[in-house]
Amino acid sequence: MAHELGSPVVVVRDVEKRFGNYTVLREVSLTVRRGETVCIIGPSGSGKSTLLRCINGLVPISSGSITVGGREVADAKLDVRALRRDVGIVFQQYNLFPHRTALDNVMMAPVIVLHQNPAEVRARAEALLAKVGLADKMASYPGELSGGQQQRVAIARSLAMNPKVMLFDEVTAALDPETKKEVLITIQALAAEGMTCILVTHEMGFARRVADHVYFTDGGVIVEHGTPEAIFSAPTQARTRDFLDKIL
Amino acid sequence: MTGPVVDLFTWINSRTGLNFSVFTDTYDGERFITGLITTVELSVLSMVLSVLLGLAGLWMLGAGGFWRALARGYVQLFRNTPPLVQLSFFYFALGGVLPTLTDSRGAQVPAVSGFGWAVLSFSLFAGAFNVEIFRSGVEAVPSAMIEAADSLGYTRLQLYRHVLVPLGLRICLPSLTNNMVNLVKTTTLAYAIGVPELLYAAAQIWSEVMNVREMMDLLLVVYIVLVALLVWLMERWERALRVPGYTP
Ligand SMILES: Nc1ncnc2c1ncn2[C@@H]1O[C@H](COP(=O)(O)OP(=O)(O)OP(=O)(O)O)[C@@H](O)[C@H]1O
Ligand SMILES: [Mg+2]
Repeated sequence: MAHELGSPVVVVRDVEKRFGNYTVLREVSLTVRRGETVCIIGPSGSGKSTLLRCINGLVPISSGSITVGGREVADAKLDVRALRRDVGIVFQQYNLFPHRTALDNVMMAPVIVLHQNPAEVRARAEALLAKVGLADKMASYPGELSGGQQQRVAIARSLAMNPKVMLFDEVTAALDPETKKEVLITIQALAAEGMTCILVTHEMGFARRVADHVYFTDGGVIVEHGTPEAIFSAPTQARTRDFLDKIL
Repeated sequence: MTGPVVDLFTWINSRTGLNFSVFTDTYDGERFITGLITTVELSVLSMVLSVLLGLAGLWMLGAGGFWRALARGYVQLFRNTPPLVQLSFFYFALGGVLPTLTDSRGAQVPAVSGFGWAVLSFSLFAGAFNVEIFRSGVEAVPSAMIEAADSLGYTRLQLYRHVLVPLGLRICLPSLTNNMVNLVKTTTLAYAIGVPELLYAAAQIWSEVMNVREMMDLLLVVYIVLVALLVWLMERWERALRVPGYTP
């Protein structure tokens, strides 16, 4: 998808992440510009989820630098909660709060964390749920929704915070093909509207369609990156070719 | 005293010799009612305070360092010693060293009444168990809920208040009910320090009227009814907290 390239929103520089002696990320660098959609692909265990968690500060990095909107994530003085408000993240397992309705799930963070006016938040939350196709499910509890519906509520919940960037961690991996489509359509619409998105995905067709840039990771390093066309049609690295051969 | 109840128990007395003086004698009736009210007050106050102590302990356990050590010490101390010993310690050891106050008529009264010590003692006793009960409930909440709240920028207080406690409570409510039932039964220990609760009132009556057997029967029935009422209320609460499609 062609966008005019904006200013960098997320800049990852030479990031290393170790759990004990085990290095999960090594010399990882990437830049995501405003309005850009970046896909990260790679085999299981290659550190994709860890990278996303580092970007919103859920996991501290061992060395290197990550900035979001110009602010250094690893900076001890950084207000980590302010950072997380700027970075929406959606997980594979939705993680909705099961004791609150879909509407409440979307409203909670803006009201509780940002102290915004509940009436205004409510109007926005209703609009967001309508946008993800759940206008008729606002009063439903997560347990009454299908996986795909829960995932769309989770996306609306993140969007309600007006994030600068959205991170998606294999958000369709737990869904069947039918509901998968609803969620992918939602994300594609977001990307088309100009939301900055970083997607970890195993949906190669989808990555090819929506990504401006694709990163292939393996063993904690970025093996190769480029336009979807370049990565999927003419990968230069053997590891990328092996991976794509296996998966496609 | 007149009325059908009086007539019934007078008749029972004349036919069987069983003397339920509580229903036929005004003075005994009033003493018994006072005992009942005192027991209910002791129970309700101690329940409320013990739940607050349980929540405070839960919070301290999560705070780490000194606070965690303090909460652990509190739980160990009050869970692992007999409640009668605790009550005696408060009343005789602590109450003995506190200064006395002068009341409006110039008499010397203890700074804390027997009733006050009993409430304090029972609250601390049941509170120690509540800390453990709440902790087990909160620990059973999937860590994904914490991750979701963290990534939306919740503070620790917001996380506990809106996510962990509501979800953890649903998990641990049956254990909480057990502990509250125990607490109601434990209030009879206040007899030992002369607080005029039910057992104390009954003992006064039977030592004067010589109707030990009748008073014992009555005590059992009253406690069965009290506990049944409490369990019924707790189960109603449990049902009120039930969420469609979610089994804690
Ligand atoms: N908290 C942790 N402690 C220790 N090791 C961890 C931790 N989190 C992740 N790892 C390890 O880091 C590696 C990368 O994990 P990560 O979840 O980032 O992989 P991934 O690329 O997302 O894989 P998948 O496609 O299966 O989701 C794995 O080997 C994992 O075992
Ligand atoms: Mg992963």
